[in-house]
Amino acid sequence: MVLAGQILGKAAAYNGKNVVQTQSYGAEARGTTAKSEVIISEDKIGFPIVRKCDILIAMSQEALEKNIEDLKEGGTLLIDTSMVKNIPKANAKIYTAPATEIAEKSFGQKIYANMVVLGALNKLTKVVSEEAIEKAIKDIFPEIVALTNLQAYKKGKGTVKLYRKN
Amino acid sequence: MGTLKSGIYFLQGSEACAEAAIMVGCRFFAGYPITPATEIAEHMAKRLPQIGGIAIQMEDEIASIGAVIGASWAGAKGMTATSGPGFSLMQESIGYAFMTETPCVIVDVQRAGPSTGQATKCGQGDVMQSRWGTHGDYSAVVLSPNSVQEMFDLTVRAFNLAEKYRTPVVLLSDEVTAHMRERVVIPPIKKVEIINRKKPKRGDKAFFGLEEVPPMPSVGEGFNVAVTGSTHNEYGIRFTADPLVHRKLVERLNGKIQNHIGEIADVESYKIDDCQIGIVSYGCTSRAIYDVIEAAETKGVKVGYVRLKTLWPFPDEIIKKLAETANKIIVPEMNLRQIFYEVKRAAEGQAQVIPMNKIGGGELITPEELLDKILEEAKKGND
Amino acid sequence: MTEAFSVKQYLRDLKLPFCPGCGAFTVINAFLKAVYESGYTDLSKFVFCSGIGCSSWIPSPYFKADSIHTLHGRSIPVATGVKLMRPNLNVVVFGGDGDIVGIGLSHFIHAARRNLDVLVIMVNNMIYGMTGGQVAPTTPFKTKTTTTPYGSFEHPLDAAKLAVTAGANYAARWTTAHQNELKEAVKKALEMKGFRFIEVVSQCPTAFGRRAGFKDAGEMVRWFKVNSITIKQTKNLNEEDIAKKIVVGEFIQKRRPTLIETIYNTIKEAQKTEEN
Repeated sequence: MVLAGQILGKAAAYNGKNVVQTQSYGAEARGTTAKSEVIISEDKIGFPIVRKCDILIAMSQEALEKNIEDLKEGGTLLIDTSMVKNIPKANAKIYTAPATEIAEKSFGQKIYANMVVLGALNKLTKVVSEEAIEKAIKDIFPEIVALTNLQAYKKGKGTVKLYRKN
Repeated sequence: MGTLKSGIYFLQGSEACAEAAIMVGCRFFAGYPITPATEIAEHMAKRLPQIGGIAIQMEDEIASIGAVIGASWAGAKGMTATSGPGFSLMQESIGYAFMTETPCVIVDVQRAGPSTGQATKCGQGDVMQSRWGTHGDYSAVVLSPNSVQEMFDLTVRAFNLAEKYRTPVVLLSDEVTAHMRERVVIPPIKKVEIINRKKPKRGDKAFFGLEEVPPMPSVGEGFNVAVTGSTHNEYGIRFTADPLVHRKLVERLNGKIQNHIGEIADVESYKIDDCQIGIVSYGCTSRAIYDVIEAAETKGVKVGYVRLKTLWPFPDEIIKKLAETANKIIVPEMNLRQIFYEVKRAAEGQAQVIPMNKIGGGELITPEELLDKILEEAKKGND
Repeated sequence: MTEAFSVKQYLRDLKLPFCPGCGAFTVINAFLKAVYESGYTDLSKFVFCSGIGCSSWIPSPYFKADSIHTLHGRSIPVATGVKLMRPNLNVVVFGGDGDIVGIGLSHFIHAARRNLDVLVIMVNNMIYGMTGGQVAPTTPFKTKTTTTPYGSFEHPLDAAKLAVTAGANYAARWTTAHQNELKEAVKKALEMKGFRFIEVVSQCPTAFGRRAGFKDAGEMVRWFKVNSITIKQTKNLNEEDIAKKIVVGEFIQKRRPTLIETIYNTIKEAQKTEEN
């Protein structure tokens, strides 16, 4: 999740946008919910922490419940339906993608769910250019896995569905 | 790969700091793992050997800064990075570096203290420690970045000031600024100002006096330099009881910082000559200011600010100017009042100085909270 | 060598600060004679690091050389930075027992573990001399000091053995009664690489000798001579009897790869990986 945020941020920077990415974990080094926040703007970015977001991506039930109140009214909620079973009532445009399932089925490992969901996000929002995100993926991952990650990203673009509009 | 090529990057604050150090010529790093500063050590450990430099993990923070001091006398530019607990351990050595006029850079990525506190959470509680942490009469040079770009720019500046004034310089960062990633513009190395310490000429013998900033030899160059943290004369000879030698030395050491506040102290300011409410801020906390100026103005409150890019030496003059214009000065900090008292002192009663403090959990003072405070204070009028 | 040996060729024209009868004079003589016999006509290839305490004043600023007089206990970290950036210089650390194995003990162990290429000469007077005679980690059991007025209730540390355990390439112990052996040990150490440790049991007539019942410095040195046994001689003695003696000799001499070798090899490898 944190890595997906970094890739998105990197791509935005390549597109000449101002961007800041922060992350937070639980106290344990691994295994608790992790959160990655990205602010992308044409203008100078002041405060670097998100209070109300336009887009929320939830990749676990717990993370969704913890963060749903930070989503703006009428914002976009993207849900990994392989991990989130109870979709909340929210004043939001809700989209779904079974990212983790696709990652496992098509690429053999859950870890590619990150890239699937990133594909879904960019299909929906076009917040960064395709060239920029490809470059960012290639820059972040070692050559040996960059291609698979790129494929997962592309696969993600085709899987996103509208669940409910407000 | 040598130094970072010029261009646009998306870097973590820690990476930007490490890359800036390398670009300005740092070839020695010694450190000890500590959250949230470890990323700097990790990046230096990866990058320094690639360009023939040395990065070593020492047994503790005292050894880390000791090794940096040794490397500096061997002619290298050296750096260490730590957080509160490690910064506390380094204080005696920072005094030694000051007394022996050893250029070096110490990065303190602040977390919430005292003691182990909240190791992963942001704080700004080391401001006074960075000024007064070592014993004796001391003048600190402390820089305060508020963005990843400044983690780069102010690291370059920290080395330049250390080399120019032959003194330890602290880059007082914080968990948020060191961990966040932002777009950074890296200039071509030719455009980066790089200052190197003044070297002695053959036959020179006074490496600790005569001039305000004396030339600094390296060991092994044939100068027979005698370095000591005890009181010493111009030639490095110990005088452990002579009052005049001590006065002359310690007054010069402090003077070489205090006489150059104009050059060392750097601020960003906005409308300080036309504001009703002033804000004095620094580091991650200062990021909220940019989001509130307009909102306050639409509600009829003119806000000006001074953002301290250098915390120490403290820029009294500009605070005085702000106090002449503003009725009230708000000082938001992630501690329980530290720079507040300094602002109050510099304002000399010309404006009411109001603290605004928040600690714990790494929670920053948000633009909404700051705006509320501004509007509340504007509404209240002067007490 | 044409001229005869004289300590003066290596010393600045300053009065040495040590008390009459201090062991530091013997250490200075033996060290500089070893330097001379090793073919160094000056100290330009040396850097001296020292901490705080009487013995830390041996090189600083009295040696006509580069010397860094650091904080109490921190000579070895500073020496680490110096040696890593100037691998071609001989880095020699002088310090007392309090400095090296009291406050600075962890640096001592880690430098030996790393096999840092420095020679550490620890002048062990078994006491904190400069502050007036307090108990040290090397003070013999039951010794009266100003902070153990009823006798020390702790057992002393064997620094030379510790150096061996931690990984030093060379460790030896002599006393100020063994001037020739000491000089030869320094000569040998100067030819070696890695962490080299020489402990010199030395007299402090001012802060240790008087209280321990010695009439003067000479009597202490004679006691060192009589009370010393070789490592070989310890084989037939039990631990309790050995503790009453000063065990002298060479505890280790080996050629484990040194920090300078391993760190510069790592740099080469990192640069090679980068090129590929």
